[in-house]
Amino acid sequence: MSSLLSLSSITPRSWQGYAALALLAGAILLWPLVDAAPGYGIATAALIFLLLLLAIEADNFPPAIGVVLLFLGAHGAAWLLLAGITGNEGTARASFYLLLAAAWLLAWRCVTVLSALRPTSRWAATALRLIIPTIFGAWILIIWEAVTRGAGIPFILLPPPSAIGVRIANSLPMLAADVRQTIFKAVIFGYVVGSGAGFLAAIAADRVPFLRRGLLPIGNMVSALPIIGVAPIMVMWFGFDWQSKAAVVIIMTFFPMLVNTVAGLAASGHMERDLMRTYASSYWQTLFKLRLPAAAPFIFNALKINSTLALIGAIVAEFFGTPVVGMGFRISTEVGRMNIDMVWAEIAVAALAGSVFYGVVALFERAVTFWHPSVRGG
Amino acid sequence: MDSFRDKIVPVTSILAGVVVVWYVFAVILNAPFQRDLDRRAGETPGVVEFIGKTMSQPKPTLPAPHQVAVNFFENTFLRKVTSNRSLVYNAWVTLSSTLLGFAFGTALGIVIAVGIVHVATLDRSLMPWIIASQTIPILAVAPMIIVVLAAIGVTGLIPKALISTYLSFFPVAVGMVKGLRSPELTHLDLMHTYNASPSQTFWKLRVPASVPFLFTSMKVAVAASLVGAIVGELPTGAVAGIGAKLLAGAYYSQTIDIWSALVAGSVVAALLVMVVGIAGRIVDRAMGGRPA
Repeated sequence: MSSLLSLSSITPRSWQGYAALALLAGAILLWPLVDAAPGYGIATAALIFLLLLLAIEADNFPPAIGVVLLFLGAHGAAWLLLAGITGNEGTARASFYLLLAAAWLLAWRCVTVLSALRPTSRWAATALRLIIPTIFGAWILIIWEAVTRGAGIPFILLPPPSAIGVRIANSLPMLAADVRQTIFKAVIFGYVVGSGAGFLAAIAADRVPFLRRGLLPIGNMVSALPIIGVAPIMVMWFGFDWQSKAAVVIIMTFFPMLVNTVAGLAASGHMERDLMRTYASSYWQTLFKLRLPAAAPFIFNALKINSTLALIGAIVAEFFGTPVVGMGFRISTEVGRMNIDMVWAEIAVAALAGSVFYGVVALFERAVTFWHPSVRGG
Repeated sequence: MDSFRDKIVPVTSILAGVVVVWYVFAVILNAPFQRDLDRRAGETPGVVEFIGKTMSQPKPTLPAPHQVAVNFFENTFLRKVTSNRSLVYNAWVTLSSTLLGFAFGTALGIVIAVGIVHVATLDRSLMPWIIASQTIPILAVAPMIIVVLAAIGVTGLIPKALISTYLSFFPVAVGMVKGLRSPELTHLDLMHTYNASPSQTFWKLRVPASVPFLFTSMKVAVAASLVGAIVGELPTGAVAGIGAKLLAGAYYSQTIDIWSALVAGSVVAALLVMVVGIAGRIVDRAMGGRPA
């Protein structure tokens, strides 16, 4: 155990480092890592320890090297731990989890160091903004994988992420067909029509004060109602295909758009409006040149809310009746057949689609509201 | 802002308009089926009689408002509260898991917000994932979660409440992060001049400043909790609750039942939001807030 000999010279500089060192000591005391016969080879185990010790020692190096050591040490050790569990599923002992926890703490330390960096170039700042959450997300997956496989959690309950990944790779055509049915037909159509109708209703309400006074309280109230409950009714009216899902999406996206747009149209200041008046600009000129641009943040807020609502509405509506394709259909039937990995694959695709949808709207927003303080940064 | 009196006339007239349109559509949508019925029975009713018939079908495409009202009234006030056909009982089942999930979600959201405001690492690593967590259509997988948890013997309130928690922590977390960061720099500097410790700054400045934000986001969260609870009842395992009523209605084409379950859900939602609003006003007044 060469790593034991060098323990005396190890000096951590952070609480995560000290905690990790204590966990390493605990792991040695509770040796071996797994109950299975071959288990981890001595070389692999030594390498895991070496990587973790390097990461603990990282704070004594110059910061640039230290961050790299922390990153490589924590993730390399995690990689080796996961690779070694193959064939020894369900036999992990306390020692295995202690090493995993040590690696996790060092990754935390890595994120802390990264968060404290104040990069000068814009490119580096963007890279940091992406790397930090990525490490966080990767650790959710690592811990999920390690615990499900290490403890041998039944597949039905929670499949490991690797199995879900394999399932996604093996059933791409089916997933693509589901996405086409649910997202490209129902969600997009419903989202565009619902948001557009909400927007036009808001303009109409803005033009007629009587309408605004009446619609706003109703719109606010409807926003709080469980609108998703109309799904079975829509399925009865419009049949099993995507039209009924689109109808649910239209109803769900209409009111957030209405309420937010009306609030946004009131956002421009009196000064600017008076200025437009002194220019003798008409209602429509004021609307297009001043009030709609000022309302843009509110409108985009509604579009973001709606992107999530539309996806939820379409998938839930599919539980009430579908043709034999679609994400909701797949989820509900595969649960019945206990193909939980397929269900998780569908969830992963839905999550990805939802994030992409949201991201596209957010990018549009940055392009349109480039003048807004939150985008300009200051 | 318009006063309450300015609103009451437009709101009631628009609602009246909705009811009129509803009646018209009920007649239009139910007419084809009624014509079929009459043709089979060999009847030729007059216009008035025909319209009356479209509004009294047992399983109409779109029930007339008075049919829904009668059904709602019967199932709310004329049934024993303990019977599983009573809407009060079903609403209570849904409400109990809503409240449990809402309590969990609010607590979780506040804890996350406090962490994000005080720990830079959490702010940089967790915040993007909180946003991403809501782009996952959790509602869509809610039934699966219920089924899987039922497979290992976890049934009852907890699974449904978990879904409500997932939906309600987000608005509270985001709103509280905004709220805890809402004190102006001058106020924070003043606390600094007083030599206040971080915990004193937190309790005496940040928390009071965040209260209005908290109640605003709790309104959103409580509505989201209710939706979560209703969707959580959709899998066939659920035998009671508003979601179960919806599904049963869909199975047996009991359209009137679906509509009155929807009305019940809406009443519960409106009540919950109102209660949170009133609580917010009481707290605001107790903290010495003056009506703006």
